[in-house]
Amino acid sequence: MEQILNRIKDKIEIKISTKKRDDLYFFTVEKEQIEFILSYLKEQENFTHLAFMQAVDYLEDGKFQLTYMLYNYKIHINLGVNVLIDRKKAEMFSMHKLWPHIWQYQREIHELFGINFPGSPRVNESFVLEGWEEIPPMRRDFDTLEYSEKTFYQRPGRSTNDPKEYMKEKMYKNYADTPTIRREK
Amino acid sequence: MKKKDINEIEKQMKLANEGLPEKERALFSDARPSSVAPLNKYLEGFLNWARSRSMWMLAFGTGCGATELRPLMTSRFDMSRFGIAPRPTPRQAAIFVVGGYASIKTIKRIVRSYEEMQGPKYVIALGSCTINGGMYYDSYYTINRLDYYIPVDIYIAGCMPRPEALIAGFNRLKEKIRAGECEGMNKYTDNFDWYKKNQKQIIKDWNMPDYNW
Amino acid sequence: MNIWIKILYAIISISVATIYGLILGGFVRKIYARAHGRFGPPIWQPFLDIIQTHGRRVAISHGVMYYLGPVFRLGGGLGTYLFIPVIYGSVVFANFSMAGDLLLVMYFIFFGQLGMALGAGQGGHPYSPLGIARGLAQMSAFEVPFSLAVIAVAIQYQSLNITTIVAAQQGSILNWTLFTNPFAVIAAMISLLGMNMHSPFSIVLAPQEIPIGPPIEMNGSFLGILQTNRGLFAAAKLVLFMNLFFGGATNLLIMVIKTFFIYLVSVIVGASFPRFRPEQSFRFFLKWPTIIGIIGIIFVAYF
Repeated sequence: MEQILNRIKDKIEIKISTKKRDDLYFFTVEKEQIEFILSYLKEQENFTHLAFMQAVDYLEDGKFQLTYMLYNYKIHINLGVNVLIDRKKAEMFSMHKLWPHIWQYQREIHELFGINFPGSPRVNESFVLEGWEEIPPMRRDFDTLEYSEKTFYQRPGRSTNDPKEYMKEKMYKNYADTPTIRREK
Repeated sequence: MKKKDINEIEKQMKLANEGLPEKERALFSDARPSSVAPLNKYLEGFLNWARSRSMWMLAFGTGCGATELRPLMTSRFDMSRFGIAPRPTPRQAAIFVVGGYASIKTIKRIVRSYEEMQGPKYVIALGSCTINGGMYYDSYYTINRLDYYIPVDIYIAGCMPRPEALIAGFNRLKEKIRAGECEGMNKYTDNFDWYKKNQKQIIKDWNMPDYNW
Repeated sequence: MNIWIKILYAIISISVATIYGLILGGFVRKIYARAHGRFGPPIWQPFLDIIQTHGRRVAISHGVMYYLGPVFRLGGGLGTYLFIPVIYGSVVFANFSMAGDLLLVMYFIFFGQLGMALGAGQGGHPYSPLGIARGLAQMSAFEVPFSLAVIAVAIQYQSLNITTIVAAQQGSILNWTLFTNPFAVIAAMISLLGMNMHSPFSIVLAPQEIPIGPPIEMNGSFLGILQTNRGLFAAAKLVLFMNLFFGGATNLLIMVIKTFFIYLVSVIVGASFPRFRPEQSFRFFLKWPTIIGIIGIIFVAYF
């Protein structure tokens, strides 16, 4: 994998490269180079399988991050290719010529994030939201709670508890410390 | 009242079927549903007895609710000993089981299936999500209260309720049917405009007839 | 005989057959449940289902043929039943049997399905024509071994009258067609599996593949009539098989015992095997049962 990364580095400039696991790598490239790098990875380096494509909204930076998750069946490695695009001019090249099934992901992202993919087939059809009229709901400046309260009828009498306090009160009254969930660091 | 006036009133009572394109409107009925009064006490009691012992259900599995419905027909829980049988089509079913959260896309299908059922029909709503939204109370696309869109006879609380709770709910529904308290269909037809207003408020692209007979 | 008495007898006979067929259906559901390790519904569940379906307050209809479909189906069931003498020597259960009634009965077995095809087709649901196509194709397939078996029986007894055929089998158990011409009986019993539509031949009413097939749009009383017919038709088929191959019955008890065991063959096969695909089912009927049926005819004609 290191060799592949070095070979890519010879060709284009990679901004950030991280290794999450032995078989899981991520790197970030420029928007203009994404078409070249994806076709290079598919044709030359055997990353033939596009597992999924996803978007993340970085509201503070004013960017969307698109992730193309590729898989190599020869050396069994997952590779995520990230690309940051401007939030104000949310537009991306369509990759349906490389992987035909990507149109479905692009349609989903177009609907939920409002990122445009010019030329992608059937991209304007509604995916899960039928007749949606607000701004795309997965953008982080969309307030779902406010929208829900405005649109759907609330049943009065709903109450929420802090899980930690509630568990201490109900289940672990006799213990000195409340057991907490341990997460691996 | 003159005959002409009656005709005009009937014309106003017709449904608009506004969601349909112009050329398809003739294919669908524009008659409003009318409520059917129960028969006399003894005959209706006899029919209710039969209805409570032969409950044909249409399982509308949305999300996690579908997972809890399947074990009901296995040998461990065995719903058939209570006379509950699954029917694959809404035309034949009498009990509509909404299995959990309902998104707007789903509520469109729920309304359609509910209206296609032949009455007397009963609705069982599973899970907290149908009662007050449950863990999806702040979601942008799932409804909070099912009873604003179709009349509900029995709620089964839980996230998700276990099959035992479902069987308890079915038994409670059985008692209610025996007592003749489940008139959900007549409730729907009497408050038809209110239900339609609520449904059309959230379903923005209404592309089906106003009443799916 | 007075026609009114005849009608009265026919009504008694039909009611007994319907009730018996429905109880048999409930019993079979119980057996299936036991095979699955469940308690299962009570034996009288089919009656409750029929009351419940007739008790619906509204029923949607799709046109004239939609009304006539269940009527044709029930007509087919009634026609099949009414021309079979149920109990040998009984006046009440003799029905309208006459010379050559075997051909009429075979026609009526097919008739109900054709009428149902017209009615269900008008429902307009895409799954009903699919189910009907499967049903008619399978029916044509299992008619072949069944017809061969019936021809063998007709050659053997030189008659197409069911009463004569039953009369020829009286006396000893060895006079039954089962022992005089076993090949024809085997072919006919295999086609009975298809006729009863338990698995592996339950491709018509396959709720998991084509949600319940032809009667998908049927509701309320339409469905109630179909369910009534299912009980009557099951009883009629079993009685026909008992008459042709198992020596008939001289009283009601023997009829019940014999038909129950004939039905049990279908149930045992149904509880043990999964469902065929349609083309597997058609090919199965046109292969081994047909060969056995031809052997049955040769056996009876030359030996």
